Amino acid sequence: MLSVRRRDQGLALVLRAAAALMVVVLVGMLALLVREAWPAIGGGHVDLWGRSWQPSAGEYGLAPLLVGSLLVTAGALALAAPVALGVALFIDEVGPRWLAGVMRRGMAILTATPSVVIGVWGLTAVVPRLGRWHAPGPSLAAGCIVLAMMIVPTVAVLIERGLAAVPRERRLAAAALGLSRGTLIRDVLLPAVRPAVANALAIGAARALGETMVVMMVTGNVPQLPGGPFVPVRTVTANLALEMPYAAGTHRAALFAAALVLTLLVAALLALAFALRPRGAAT
Amino acid sequence: MIRRWARDLPWTVGAVAASAIAVGLYGWLVVSLLRAGTGRLSWRLAVEVPTDAGRAGGLAPVIASTAVLVTIALAVAVPAGVAGGAYLAIGARRAGRRDALRGVLDLLAAMPSVVFGLLGATLFADILGLGYSLLSGGLTLGVMILPLVVRATDVALTSLPGELTRDAAALALSRWTTLRRVLLPAAAPALGAGVMLALGRALAETAALIFTSGYVDRWPSSVFDSGRALSVHILDLAMNVPGGDPSANAAAVVLLVAVVVIDLLALAIHWRVVRRPS
Repeated sequence: MLSVRRRDQGLALVLRAAAALMVVVLVGMLALLVREAWPAIGGGHVDLWGRSWQPSAGEYGLAPLLVGSLLVTAGALALAAPVALGVALFIDEVGPRWLAGVMRRGMAILTATPSVVIGVWGLTAVVPRLGRWHAPGPSLAAGCIVLAMMIVPTVAVLIERGLAAVPRERRLAAAALGLSRGTLIRDVLLPAVRPAVANALAIGAARALGETMVVMMVTGNVPQLPGGPFVPVRTVTANLALEMPYAAGTHRAALFAAALVLTLLVAALLALAFALRPRGAAT
Repeated sequence: MIRRWARDLPWTVGAVAASAIAVGLYGWLVVSLLRAGTGRLSWRLAVEVPTDAGRAGGLAPVIASTAVLVTIALAVAVPAGVAGGAYLAIGARRAGRRDALRGVLDLLAAMPSVVFGLLGATLFADILGLGYSLLSGGLTLGVMILPLVVRATDVALTSLPGELTRDAAALALSRWTTLRRVLLPAAAPALGAGVMLALGRALAETAALIFTSGYVDRWPSSVFDSGRALSVHILDLAMNVPGGDPSANAAAVVLLVAVVVIDLLALAIHWRVVRRPS
């Protein structure tokens, strides 16, 4: 029978090993990315600002892919932010209590909707209708709309948590002063919740940037710099999914380089979200 | 009187409109899936094999492959995840180390899934020589959901009342015994809920699997054989198979129902059991 001391030493070792595993995984992932991407970076084949992505011609300009990813994400955020804010305000303040409770739980469930499912709906229901209104269907605009829909629950849940964390005294004080609900929202709640909103948007952006299925199914997948919103584009993620199965040599390394850039962008967004997070809030 | 009402109105209208839009769009999603897939939805989906590239027939081998993939993923993620979460909750002595580790977890959890797929293919399929297989896919999936399980364990353990640990210390129990016989059993419902959420996440995953477990839609002969997950099946039908839309929509309904049921159960347990750390 192991002594108490031995047992606890063993436990401490196991727990610490598990924690170390986490760090090993992250570092290992980055190291592997760099290793596989190196032939393309070191050899100067991959061009961050290059405007032409044509692997068959040996051209690995990342600009169209990066611009595609960034524009789709920015557009999705622009569409999702007001909706998410409205939903959060509805749950927290405006809606009748019974309905607000249902909405809160509903939004929490919706955050788990599989992206393929949203993609299928986007492809079969949204894109054809969009195409009839303004050709073509699959486009940057379609990507923004469907992606926005995907991230609304996530952003709404985070903003609502920020709203719920506003100290009760402030609402009571506003009521004591006889402020209208509009003034309460505009001058008390929204300023108080600004860090939470920024944090929520950064997280939503990271999710949108990393999304593959939705954009692959509705953006048309043409690697080009878009002249307007109704033009097909291709994101870094969709490009990886489409070309990786058959890429070899320099092409494959270039794909890994694109993946590396994407990962660094997501990490930067997360760092921003962390810096913007509300102080002292329970996560 | 009217001025007050007028100040409220834009916010009320805005909040209600936003909620209506959000709910309406998701409602449209469900209705659209059901309408497009309705011809193909039946109980036979669970027992028949896909035929005609998936345009006809059922989902049985796909469901089986999905089950195997998810089982492997959980087998990897749960032991390591519970241990890591226990470290965060009770093992880490310094707050700095804890916060750093939580930061690492958040970063891992936010990584694009396609990157996991690429790296999983490189590590498991190429370097370890597993090729396109359920094992490659399951291991990749396991690494993906590992941060979720760690977080779930962390939350489950830290939301336990402090008396449990203090009472165990008063009884001079070792930390291992405290963990095994007091804390983990008490945290089991919340932990179970967290694992179910991770399971839902694994079911929904597509990009990590297309490079690792492959596209084959017949019955897998072993874990070393290739197999197709339900999410990948939906993707293939929607994008690569002309006329595959009704089957894609039907399969999407199946996946959506599965994920929603699992998550509803998990969240119901979670809301009932987890208090905010006091």
